[in-house]
This record gives sequence, structure tokens and C-alpha cells, in this order.
Amino acid sequence: MSSAATAPPSVDKVDGFSRKSVRKAKQKRAQSSSQFRSQDKPIELVQLPLLKDVSAQEQPELFLKKLQQCCTLFDFMDTLSDLKMKEYKRSTLNELVDYVTVSRGYLTEQTYPEVVKMVSYNIFRTLPPSDSNEFDPEEDEPTLEASWPHLQLVYEFFIRFLESQEFQPSIAKKYIDQKFVLQLLELFDSEDPRERDCLKTVLHRIYGKFLGLRAFIRKQINNIFLGFVYETEHFNGVAELLEILGSIINGFALPLKAEHKQFLVKVLLPLHSARSLSLFHAQLAYCIVQFLEKDPTLTEPVIRGLLKFWPKTCSQKEVMFLGELEEILDVIEPTQFVKIQEPLFKQISRCVSSPHFQVAERALYYWNNEYIMSLIEENSSVILPIMFASLYRISKEHWNPAISALIYNVLKAFMEMNSALFDELAATYKSDRQREKKKEKDREDLWRKLEELELRRGIQNSDGIIPT
Amino acid sequence: MAGADGDDSLYPIAVLIDELRNEDVQLRLNSIKKLSTIALALGVERTRTELLPFLTDTIYDEDEVLLALAEQLGNFTMLVGGPEYVHCLLPPLESLATVEETVVRDKAVESLRKISHEHSPVDLEVHFEPLVKRLASGDWFTSRTSACGLFSVCYPRVSSTVKAEIRQHFRNLCSDDTPMVRRAAASKLGEFAKVLELEYVKSDIISLFTALASDEQDSVRLLAVEACVSIATLLPQEDLETLVMPTLRQAAEDKSWRVRYMVADKFSELQKAVGPEITKNDLVPAFQNLLKDCEAEVRAAAANKVKEFCENLPEDSRETIIMTHILPCVKELVSDTNQHVKSALASVIMGLSTILGKDNTIEHLLPLFLAQLKDECPEVRLNIISNLDCVNEVIGIRQLSQSLLPAIVELAEDAKWRVRLAIIEYMPLLAGQLGVEFFDEKLNSLCMAWLVDHVYAIREAATCNLTKLVEKFGAEWAQNTIVPKVLGMANDPNYLHRMTTLFCINALSEACGQEITTKHMLPVVLKMSNDQVANVRFNVAKSLQKIGPVLDSNCLQAEVKPVLEKLAADQDIDVKYFAQEAVSVLALA
Repeated sequence: MSSAATAPPSVDKVDGFSRKSVRKAKQKRAQSSSQFRSQDKPIELVQLPLLKDVSAQEQPELFLKKLQQCCTLFDFMDTLSDLKMKEYKRSTLNELVDYVTVSRGYLTEQTYPEVVKMVSYNIFRTLPPSDSNEFDPEEDEPTLEASWPHLQLVYEFFIRFLESQEFQPSIAKKYIDQKFVLQLLELFDSEDPRERDCLKTVLHRIYGKFLGLRAFIRKQINNIFLGFVYETEHFNGVAELLEILGSIINGFALPLKAEHKQFLVKVLLPLHSARSLSLFHAQLAYCIVQFLEKDPTLTEPVIRGLLKFWPKTCSQKEVMFLGELEEILDVIEPTQFVKIQEPLFKQISRCVSSPHFQVAERALYYWNNEYIMSLIEENSSVILPIMFASLYRISKEHWNPAISALIYNVLKAFMEMNSALFDELAATYKSDRQREKKKEKDREDLWRKLEELELRRGIQNSDGIIPT
Repeated sequence: MAGADGDDSLYPIAVLIDELRNEDVQLRLNSIKKLSTIALALGVERTRTELLPFLTDTIYDEDEVLLALAEQLGNFTMLVGGPEYVHCLLPPLESLATVEETVVRDKAVESLRKISHEHSPVDLEVHFEPLVKRLASGDWFTSRTSACGLFSVCYPRVSSTVKAEIRQHFRNLCSDDTPMVRRAAASKLGEFAKVLELEYVKSDIISLFTALASDEQDSVRLLAVEACVSIATLLPQEDLETLVMPTLRQAAEDKSWRVRYMVADKFSELQKAVGPEITKNDLVPAFQNLLKDCEAEVRAAAANKVKEFCENLPEDSRETIIMTHILPCVKELVSDTNQHVKSALASVIMGLSTILGKDNTIEHLLPLFLAQLKDECPEVRLNIISNLDCVNEVIGIRQLSQSLLPAIVELAEDAKWRVRLAIIEYMPLLAGQLGVEFFDEKLNSLCMAWLVDHVYAIREAATCNLTKLVEKFGAEWAQNTIVPKVLGMANDPNYLHRMTTLFCINALSEACGQEITTKHMLPVVLKMSNDQVANVRFNVAKSLQKIGPVLDSNCLQAEVKPVLEKLAADQDIDVKYFAQEAVSVLALA
């Protein structure tokens, strides 16, 4: 009826002035790199002979020289500068990659610090500002790292180095230390997915080979996650870190240490509350299920945690939660199920009656899962009373016919499972509702009385015995 | 139920606690929000002995409930029996200060800070300070984070031994191995410094400041920049150079853009804190570097501060510094590659004219204004136009009007309606500065064109704009220039335009006065009551209700009443509704 509604609706969509257009305009750049005070002078590197062209004795020294040359950084935001030298460094890096892959006996003790130095010089840098504060990884194209032509080869070289058969962690640990790892972890915030992918492999190798760094790495990942959940809500590499953790958890020894349980409850579960859950939910759910397969007694705290963080307004997340819950129920032990069934099914009953049909549908699909069905059947005397009212009400009034049909099937299943209880619940449905209404009225009465009291007290402003 | 035991004076706590335990979160939340009512019902003693222990024990709940609880407890002093008993509130708040969720914890800390003032010095040492210590040495980072916010409230009122302990705890937290705690400590460093004795500021705080400012994480370092402002304010001028400046210089050149951004963002505060001499020697070159920074974010933050920085320069050398050091950088920023930088600059650059005076403005700034008025980015142009008043005071707006007009026209027709909306909002200001003649000649047609814009928000703003113009130029002007055009639209084939006529009349009638309204506007409104579109008809009813108070009672009875009666019998339900509403509001029934 208002004329606002009659204005052409398309205009608003075309527009989106606020941030979108700003963002889109900037996206032409789509590449960035942050190098503070890069040198203005053109860079000159002395062209060295190829490693394969010199004798075996000369190779180690030449290798070191090449490593040193590769410490030189170029400005990739300026696409015209130092073209020749950029190409020279690229080919040198390529050569180094091949060299560490095929050569034997090149890894002398003095190469370790040089390799780590070269890698550090190249990869450790302040990540550039995100193009937009509202960068939405699902919608927007990520900003790619401009220096990737070199960076990629550096990562590749480093991975080959770590994987090399001659690689000795006992020597390397002097250089690949806590500080190194900390800087490496910070890079996981890179917006460039290619870089995060390389980092994942690097960190995995380091975790595998440096036993002394494991606890430190886990602790720092904890810190990143906690900062992400409780401080910034922003970190690009959550999915990658979770993926690494998935395999780490897999290797945990039994019984689980208290530290690991704390990690599950205090770090992994709160991650469910993040706005960007969809970006790492699969990896997160995998970690959670890994934990439960290791130690089924964790089921109760985990499910209670999920219920605590259950999304209140975001249906899309609710569907994800339901998916994860089903994965958990797939591996749940019947004894654990009994402990948690009441709060769990109270939530499921809320989901089933959600006006958002995808949420209702996802919850109702549980009844297609044979294992879950068997658990429900065993405990129908507890679950049916919890579910009945929602199902009964919704079966009559859900707007979506597909949901009504599913509900009908669920009700039918319950009827077959425990017809006596079903009939009883159906018979008392009305009186139960009335009792609830009565209770609600009583509550209102109580509060009204209390408020009157407060008013009177406000007027009297005395603190003697409360008058009747 | 409340009086079940025959004594209405005491509500059974079980009933109240049942409410706090209700299965439904919303109901629990409602009860927690009325916790003070519950406490009142219980009386101070039972609140202390029954309610608070219950709350302390059952602190595991939804964060939303906990948040409400944390807030409530901050106002509970009277309900537990006054300052004498305020320490009873500490146990539940202590638990709340350790929960994970940041907002809950922050609220608990806020409440603790609040009630700390209600503690007597003895209670502070006996009850409050031990709590702070427990939090500061808690296992999980959350409690240590919360502790950071509590040191400064108890420090001033405790004995010197306890003071020494508090300082030690703060030192520990500044070097905590979780970055979250170091961040919390760094963010409270300035606040803590303010309550410390000067000797400890020099000995303790400076070393902590230096350490935090070179932390391995940039998120910690940048918080040290914030503390820098408070610390510099506390120290005598002669100590600044040795104690603060090395760190500040280092921050301005930090390899992380976030830290440099923070320096730029806090630049005016820093400038005031370090005083004119250091500003001249150190901050001017630092500011130049920030304006030329390689990251656009940093340049934009610095550009935002250009005016304030220049304003606060010492008077004796202000003009020289601006002309030789700042202006060259500003000139470059006008053609920056990043539109946020340009737009930040455009929002402050006009302010320089008052500082530099008429001649410099004409010679040096005017070309920059003109360049920005032609910028490709509408936001830049808008920012210039929205700050025209500064220039107007110094050189008069006429200097700009030649370039101004094309810029305004272009913005007025911008494809993005928010840009159009923004320029409309500046119309009354522009009209005031450019004068009625210029306005009639150049801008009036724009204002009228907006009335038929295809976006409702623009039509609405254009209507509102007309009212402001009439307030500025007077009713006579309105009658000659605006009213005829507005009334002409009543015959437009598009019903949206016909409705615009009504909206304009609603807005203008009061400013135009009774005569114009009765003579010119009312006949048009009444005629429109026969419109074939129901939306127009019910807007006629609404308009009549709106302009009724401007009309005299004869006219209301003779002309308005019959029309409203007719509309009240309309077949459309909305028309009926609004006609009836108008009849009753205007008391015509």
C-alpha cells in the first residue's frame, strides 16, 4: 500500500552503493602485497652458472650462493620493474627446486641456516590489508598474492627440502624453531588460497618431523582459534588449520590427555559460534567426530556444547548443526545416547517445528537413518513425549506440504513403535495444552504481583517487611 | 501460589528459582532481567544467603542469560543491604569474569569496576583485591584477561604493600604467553599508568610499554600505540625524548601496516601529548611518511588527520610547516590511486582554508578543491561539497561556483540513488550560501526533477528539501517558484507523481501558512479525492488530516468535512480507514 513498495524494486539491486560497489571497483586490483619501504633502486643480481654445469665439488658452494641471491625481494605491485631480474630469480628458484629433489649429499650442516633464511626472507611478511572490512569469503573473490610467481617456488622448494630423505630434523630444529613456526602460523591468515594450501603441507611436515614443536604448534593454533572466536571473527586459514588438526587428533594416544579434552571443549566447540562457520564446518565436524571415535565418553559434553551454541537466528547454520549432529549420532554408543537424549530431542523437536522448511526437513531426515531410528525406538518412552506436541501441532499447520508429509511419516513411525503411549499422548494433548496455558497464566500472575510489590516499595522506599 | 504458606510477605524462593531455571531460555532471560524484583521480594538477607549462592552455583547457562546476570549484579548493592555487604556480589561476578564469551566477561568486569567503588578501603583489601589476584593467576586465559581491567580501580585505594603486588601482577600479565592476555594488558596500560605514582610510571610502565611495543604480534604492538598517548601525557616534557620517543618513532616505521595505521589514527592525540617541540622535530617528518605510506589504509588514516594536525601545529611556525612540508604531500594525495584516500582527504581538506587564510587558499588550495570536484569518484566530490561552508567563510563560495555547478549537476543525476540522496541533503546549505538568485537560476530545476525521481527515498528527500528551502527563502518565494510546479503534478498521469503532490503539500503547508494553503493547495487536494487510484485517495485523507490544523474552522466544516465523509464511505478499506481517522483527529464528527 505504501508507495515505497511500488517504486521499481530492481533499482535497489542494481545499486548497492554502500560497500559493494566500492569493493567491486577495487576488485580490479585483485592482487596485493605489502612490502614496507621496498628499495627504489633497480635490482642487479650477478648471473651465476647452472648447478649442473659445475663440478660436484663446486656445487655446494654455488647452491649456497644461489640461496643467498634468492633472498632478494622484488616489488610485484610494480609490474614493469626489474623484469629481467624477476625472471632470473624465478628460474633460479626452479633450479633449486629440482636440485633438492634429485641431488644427494647436498645437505651439509651449513646449508640449513641458509635454506631457512631464504625461506624466511621470502615468505614471512606482513599480510596486506584485506580489500574490504566486510570481505565475505563466500561471496568475494580472494585477493591474490602478487608475488606468487616467486612465492610458489619458494614454498615448493621448502616442501621438497622438508621431504628430502637427507633432511635431518635434529640439525634443522636449531633454525626451524618456535619463532619460525609462529610466523608460519600467522601466514595462514593469507587471503590467497594457494598460499594457504602450501602452508598446510609445510606445517604438516614440520608437525610430523619436529616432535619438540608439537605442543607449541597446538598451543599456538589454540590461540589463533580463540582470538578468532572471541576477538576478531577474522582469520582466513581456519579450515586449513582444522584439516591439519583432524589428522593430529587421529594420532592422539589413548587415554586422551586433559589438554586435548580441554581443546575439544574450550576451543573446537566454541568455533561453532563463528559467523563464517560454513567455511570450515566440514573440517570442524570431522575433528569432532574424530574425538568421539577416540573417546565415546566425550559425547555428552560435545552434544551439550552444540546445544549451547545452537544458532538462534541463522537457519543455514542450523542445517549445518543438524548435519553434524547426525554424524555424531552415527557413531554414538547407546549408553551415551541415553545420557543426552532429553536435551537433544528437545532441540530436535524445536527444529522439526521450525517455520524454515530446510531446518524442519533436515531434522526430519533423522527418521530415515536406520541407526538413529533404532536408538529412538529403544527409548521411545522418553523421546515420544518430548516430540509429540511439536509433531502433532506442526502436522496440522506447517505451510510446506513436503514437511507435512514427512511429519505424517514420523508420527506413523511413532505410532507403530509404541501405540499405547501414542494414543495416550494424543488423548491428553488437549488437556496438556490447557495445563501449559494455566502455567503460563500463573507465571504472569506471579510476575505481576512481584511488579506491584516493586512499585509499592518504590513509593514507600523502606526496607521493612514487605507489606501484603 | 505466592501466598501458599499463608504469608504473603515472603515469596518462597523455590518458586522464584524455578523461574530462573525454566527450560525456556527466553523465560529464564526474562526472569534474570527482573532479578532485582526477585531480590526485592526476598529481602536483603535472603538475597544474600539464598539467592546469591544459587546464582553462583548455577552459572552454567546460555551466554545471553549470563550477560543479563552480569549486568544486573552491577546494580545490586542496595538489594544485598548496601555497601557494607557489597562484597557478597563478588563470587558470582568472579565466575562470570572467567567465562569464555567476551561480552559476558566484559560486562562482568564492568560491573566489578562499578561495585569496586562501593567497597570500603578495608573490604577492598580483604575481598576485592584477592579476587583480582585470583583472576590474574587463573589457569585459563579468560580470567587473566578480565583481571587486566580491574587493577586500575583498586590500585589507588589500597596500602603500599598491596600496591606493589598489584604492579607485579600487571607486569606478569604484560608478558603472559597467550597473546589474548597481552592484548588485554596492553589495552589497559594507559589506564593503569594514570593511577600509578609518577616514579612507577617511569620505572614500571615505561619498560612494559617498550616491551609491548616490540611484541612479536602486531595486534599487541598496535595497542601499545594507544597507551603511548596516556603515558606521554603523564610524563614531564623533559622525559619524553628519552622514555617515549624511541618507541614512538619505531611504531611509526613498524613493518606491519596495522601498527602504522594506528599511529596515523591516533596522530592528533599523540601530537597533543608530546607537545609542540617534539611535534616540529619528529612528528612532522613522521606524518609526511604516513601520508606517503605504501598502504592505502595508512594513507587514508593519515589523510583524515591532515586538518587536525595542521590546526594543532604551534602557531609561530604553523604556516611554514604546512606550506613546505604538508601541502606537497596533500597535493599528491589529491591524485592518489585509491579512492578511500582521496575521499578521506576530501572530507578534511576544506578545513585547511581557515588555517591558511584567503590568499594561500586561493593560490594553493583552490586548485586542489577544483581537482577534487572533478574526481571520478562521487564520494570525493560529495565530501568536498558537504564541507563548502569552511571555504565560504574564507573566500566566499563564488570562487567555486563555476566548477561547483557542473559537479552538483553531475551528482544530482548520478546513477546511484544514495549519491543523489546525499547531494539533496546539502541543497539547503548550498542554497543558503549561493543565494536565492543563483539558486533559482541553476538549482531549482534540479530540486524539481528529484520530485519525480524513480526512487521513493529520493522523492521523499526532495519533499523534505523543499520544506527547508521554503524556511530559508520564505513563503512568497514558495508561492512563486515551487507551489505552481508542485500543484501541476496533481494532473500527472503517473499516480506516484500525483501522490508526490500530496506529500509536498503535507510538508509545505505549515511553512507556507494559512493563506497559501487555503487558496492554492486545498482545492487541489479536494479535487484529488476523486482520483481513481485508491492509494491517492487515502493519501488525500491523510493530507487533509495533516493540513487541517493550518485551515480555519469554517473552511474545515464547509469544504473538508464533506470530502472526508465521502471518502469514509469509499469502497476501499484503507481509504475508509484513513478518512475516518482524519475525521476523528480533526474533530469533525
